[in-house]
Parts: sequence; structure tokens; C-alpha cells
Amino acid sequence: MRRTTKLAAVLSTAVLALSACGGGDSESDSGGDSGGGDAGSDIKVGVAYDVGGRGDQSFNDSAAAGLDQASDELGLDFQESEASDGESEADREERLRTFAEAGYTHIIGVGFAYSPSIAAVAPEYPEVSFAIIDDEAAVGDNIANLVFAEEQGSFLVGAAAALKSESGQIGFVGGVETPLIQKFQAGYEAGAEAVNEDIQVDVTYLTQPPDFSGFADPARGETAATGMYDDGADVVYHAAGGSGGGVFEAASQADALAIGVDSDQYETADPAVQDVILTSMLKNVNVAVYEWLTAAAEGDTPTGTTRYDLAADGVGYSTSGGQVDDIEDQLEDFKQQIVDGEIEVPTTP
Amino acid sequence: MTSLDPRIVRLLLAVGAPVLALGAAFAITSLVLLVAGDPVGEVWSTILSPPETRNVVNIINAATVLYLSGVAVAIGFRMNLFNIGVDGQYRVAAFAAAAVAGEAWLPGVLNMVLAVLVAMLAGAIWAGIAGLLRATRGVSEVISTIMLNFIATSVVAFMLRQLAVREEGSNIVSTRPIPEGSRLPGIPFGDLPNLEIYGFVVVAVAVGFGYWFVLNKTRFGFDLRATGRSAPAATASGISVRRMTIATMLLSGAIAGLVGMPLLLGSSYAYGSTFQSGLGFAGIAIALLGRNHPVGIALGALLFAFLDEQSNPLQILVGVSPDIVAITQGVVVLTVVISYEVVRRFGSRLEQRRVAAALATERASGTDDKQEARA
Repeated sequence: MRRTTKLAAVLSTAVLALSACGGGDSESDSGGDSGGGDAGSDIKVGVAYDVGGRGDQSFNDSAAAGLDQASDELGLDFQESEASDGESEADREERLRTFAEAGYTHIIGVGFAYSPSIAAVAPEYPEVSFAIIDDEAAVGDNIANLVFAEEQGSFLVGAAAALKSESGQIGFVGGVETPLIQKFQAGYEAGAEAVNEDIQVDVTYLTQPPDFSGFADPARGETAATGMYDDGADVVYHAAGGSGGGVFEAASQADALAIGVDSDQYETADPAVQDVILTSMLKNVNVAVYEWLTAAAEGDTPTGTTRYDLAADGVGYSTSGGQVDDIEDQLEDFKQQIVDGEIEVPTTP
Repeated sequence: MTSLDPRIVRLLLAVGAPVLALGAAFAITSLVLLVAGDPVGEVWSTILSPPETRNVVNIINAATVLYLSGVAVAIGFRMNLFNIGVDGQYRVAAFAAAAVAGEAWLPGVLNMVLAVLVAMLAGAIWAGIAGLLRATRGVSEVISTIMLNFIATSVVAFMLRQLAVREEGSNIVSTRPIPEGSRLPGIPFGDLPNLEIYGFVVVAVAVGFGYWFVLNKTRFGFDLRATGRSAPAATASGISVRRMTIATMLLSGAIAGLVGMPLLLGSSYAYGSTFQSGLGFAGIAIALLGRNHPVGIALGALLFAFLDEQSNPLQILVGVSPDIVAITQGVVVLTVVISYEVVRRFGSRLEQRRVAAALATERASGTDDKQEARA
């Protein structure tokens, strides 16, 4: 027993000594990451990610890509912070306030979960500019809402799925049944029906809110997609973030096709499943982040709603892998019709 | 050591255990930081820096919620029931309360009281299922409450879809917000506007006092503790273990129902997709940390809330993942359990030695007496 006490005493003393040493060089570490560019801008950017953060190979990563691009070109000083699962509203607000208090002039909330916190914090710091992705509910003089026409991009991949399907049956795997993901579903169904009126679209969602694990559960994605392929579907579109890897896996085993989401997943997927990826619905969060930061660096920070649709190249479809080369003319035709307003894509299924 | 007054020894031991635990947790976390190559000194100076007024408010608010969760778990612990289901119970309860209060069937304060009662009832029913299964079929409450947590997630998700309202342009789904008159006003703190401590902190303190009173000063509390110590002994002295099992689970669930109330009535005013989750699991750690004592739980809740709040700027100011605080919290719980055991054994050995020494002198003097008598 006494030995334990002694050991603990020795340990804590050692640690105290060590941390004292550590404290010595703390001044040399300035904390923030600095971009490599030489232009140098006087804005400081704080990015608050949703759960998963940089490296989620999905939504957050797309925002990070836009941030990196802006930082490389403009030499921005930026810092990132990510949400932890199941945190409170106060935690999100505190994250934004910490950025504002630490002198960050431009703060981006990645994901609609930041809507109430940005609405609460933005009025307290009128000199700081805020941007939120995927939300129009938080409004203010210093808030920019960057939203996307996911239904338009989904329409095009829905058309691609219907054009490629031989069985006349296709599938949709949604991560979490939120209004946002329902927009993907609505566009996909409309696009498929525009090609083939009689097409059968199987729809499933992995989880229901407030359970958001459906965005990060590849095993569940695989089970859901396998069920669809077994049932006769030959193309499955996933809007399920990190669970999408399982959908590709299922497609590979069933020797069928799958459609990726958010970024060009042909580029990032495991090479073993690359050839099943027909196309990906691009939601260019990176473009939105990059454009907002570029404008901000030039001293003209946008506020209010900016909608990234097909016309603005905010959404689209990918062509890498060459699987849609033979139907690209038809897809471009649909795209033109949507841009011209001849086709109106529904946002609810 | 043996020459010290036993009461002082006991006090030293009581203080020693948590100090030992915190020291060890501090050391282990620092080692993790060192291995990860993070700046140890900067991390601790950020975490241990004095919180600003706004952070103090956040800490007290978070601790209020954690305290209720800790007490809910502790009630079960005292009766040897491991209620892992506080997490599901508080979510079911918060959802039920939000749904009922959002309808605003009653005016003003009455609506608020109704919400709290509905929450306690819903929490009690959800926990009562596990209690009933344990009492009638002998199903382990550990298994049934874990299962009920999963079921709670699905049930709430399903019900939320039926009731969901959605603000224009928002992607958050939630229940109808509670009308303004039925919200619980906060207690202003400091001189900044909008800085308020949840009014529910008063209820939390009352719950803590009630917990202490019922367990230590009433027949019911005695029965509960006796059953927790030894069920056969309790049965022998005429206590119905079955009834106590169900009653304890109902009580634990009712308090679990209160966990979401500070959030619902004091900040979010609705139950939606961003309502805080995982509070029930934090409660288990805090009850362990506080040794099921009302004041201990309060200190544990404050410590956890402090660590959580102070970790928030870590990523922004120091560039270290706030996960390090999750590690610290986990290590604190482990070291507390271990150090209490270590100190308990140390204490009982001291006691044995003291008794042995006392007996030895007594016997020595006793033989002297006998010898004297013989002579």
C-alpha cells in the first residue's frame, strides 16, 4: 500500500516537473496553423466542424478542402475545431465564442447543427462574420447561409441510374431521415422517373433522428444495400456519408452498380470497389467555402443566402471512371433543362 | 501513525483517496499527452486556467444536468441495482415532456409543472419496466436497461417524426417549442446580459437534499440500503425485496426523468435532433466518483463540467484534440475506484494493527493481574 502511495507521489512529482518544463516553450508555439501562401491576408478564419471533423471522407472533408484551397492561395491564418458526439447546445455556442474571443474574424459553422448556436452568438459579435452551411434559418447582418440544391444534382444521378438499370429497379440508401437527406431522395426519384416512368425506386434510411449514427455505419449501409441488390435492384445511390463505403462493398459483391455522394468518391474509394461506382452526386461544399473566403479576403464578405445549384456549379455529377460517358449527352440535356427552369425538381419526396 | 487519533486518521484517509485519484489521473493523462507529442504544459495551463464569468455559468449549468443524472444512478447503486438505462429514461422523459408542454394545454406555470410531472412519470415508467422484469422474472437490470436504451432511441425517433415541426429553411426537426410563459426563467449571473444559470439548479439542490433525507432518515431509505447490502438479510427482517426493487427503479427513473428538464425548460425549449445525448452514461461515472454521496456527486458533477468546459478551447488555442479530456474523465473514474479500494485496505490494516496492539496490551496487563492475584 505504501509503495502505491510512494509511486503515486513520485509520478505526480515527475509529471509536475515535466509539465513545468513543457510550460517553458509554450510561447514559441503560436497555436494557429498558418497557410503556406505568400499573399497574406489579414482575416483569421475559424472553422467549426460537425461530428467527424476533418478526415470523415465526406461532408466535413469537403469543407476542409475548400478551406485548404483558400488558405494555399490567399495565405489565410486558420484554425479548426470539431464537435463531439452528443454535445450540448452550450458546447457549440462556446466553440464559436472561443473563436470570436480569440480574434478570429471569419467563422464557419459546418452543418445545420450550428444553426441555433450561430443565431445566438452572431449578434454578440457584430464585427465578426459568420457562415453556416446547409441552413437558412439562422439569419442576421453578419451571417451568410450557404445552401445547396441537392435535389438538382440528385436528379441527374437518378436519371443516370435509370438509364443504366437493366432490371427497371433501383435503390436509395439514406443515412438519417432528415429533411436534408429527403431532398436527395426526392431529386433522385424525380430524375429516375423522368427517364423511365415505370421505374421502381426502393428507399431505405439507416437511422432516424436524433440517432445520427446512420452517417457513420458502413456495416449497416452494406446490409441495407445487399437487401436491395438481392431484391432485384441493380443501381443503388447512397446519401449516407461514411456508411457509403458499405454500399460500395455490397455493390461489389453483387456485381452491380452504386452511386456516390458529396465528393467524387471514385477518387477516394478503396480501389477494390472503384469499378462499381457509376458516378457521384457532387455537392461542392468546398466551392462554397472557397468562394466565401475569397470574397472575405478581398474585404467584401457576403451575407444572406447563397444557393449553390446546377447553374452555379454548386452541385453536379462526376465522370471519373468513364462509366457515364455513353449517357453524358442525355445527362447534359437534363442539366440544361433544369438550369433553364423547364424542369422543376421537387425537394420533398 | 498508530499514535494518531483514529478520527484524524479516518479524515486523512477520506481526503487521501480523491487526492490520490486526481493525482494519478493527472499523471496518466500527461503521459498520454507526452506519448502523443502534445504540449503538456500548455494543455494543463488551458484546462486549469481560471474560467471567465461566461464559462462559470456554463459549468454550473452543465453540472446541474450531470448532478441529476448522477443522483438517478446513485439511487440504484445504493440498492445494488446498476441502472445503465438513465440515458434512455431521460430521453424518453424529455421527449414526452417537450411534446406535452409544446401543446400548451395548460397556461403558464401550470404547463411547466405538468411538463416536469410528465417527465418524471415517463422516466419512472421506462425504468419501471426493467424493475418489473427484475422483480418478477429475475432479468438482470443491466441487460434490460441497455436494451431499453436502444428501444428508447427508436421510439423517440419514431414519435418525433410524427410530431416534428420544422422551421422554414432549417434542417433541424424538433417538437413544437414550449410557449414563452411556460419557460423557466434563469437566475442572472454577473453583469453581462443573457448570462443566466438554469432556474432548475434549485430543483437539483432540492433533489440532492431529498436523496440524502430519504436514504438516511426514513424507513424506506433504511430498507433500500439494507436490501442493497444483503438481500437475504433484508428478507429475513421482513423487507419485500421485490417491492423494493420495483420502488427503487421507479424512483431512479423518476429522477432520471428530470435530467433533461434544465435543458428543455431553460435553453432549448423543444426536443429535437440536436438535444444533448449521452448524459446518462456520464451520470454513472459521476455517481462512482461521488461515492453515491449527495455532496460527493455534486463535486463530481462540477469536476466533469469543469473539464468539459475548459476543454472546449483546447483545439482552438492549443491545437490539441478535446478528446484528451474524455481520457482524463475516464482515467479519473478508474483511479477513484482503485484509490478508494487501496485506501480502504490501508485503513482496515491500520485498524487491525491498532486493535491488535490494544488487545496485546490488554492481555499483557491481564496476565499481570492474574500473576499478581496468584502471588
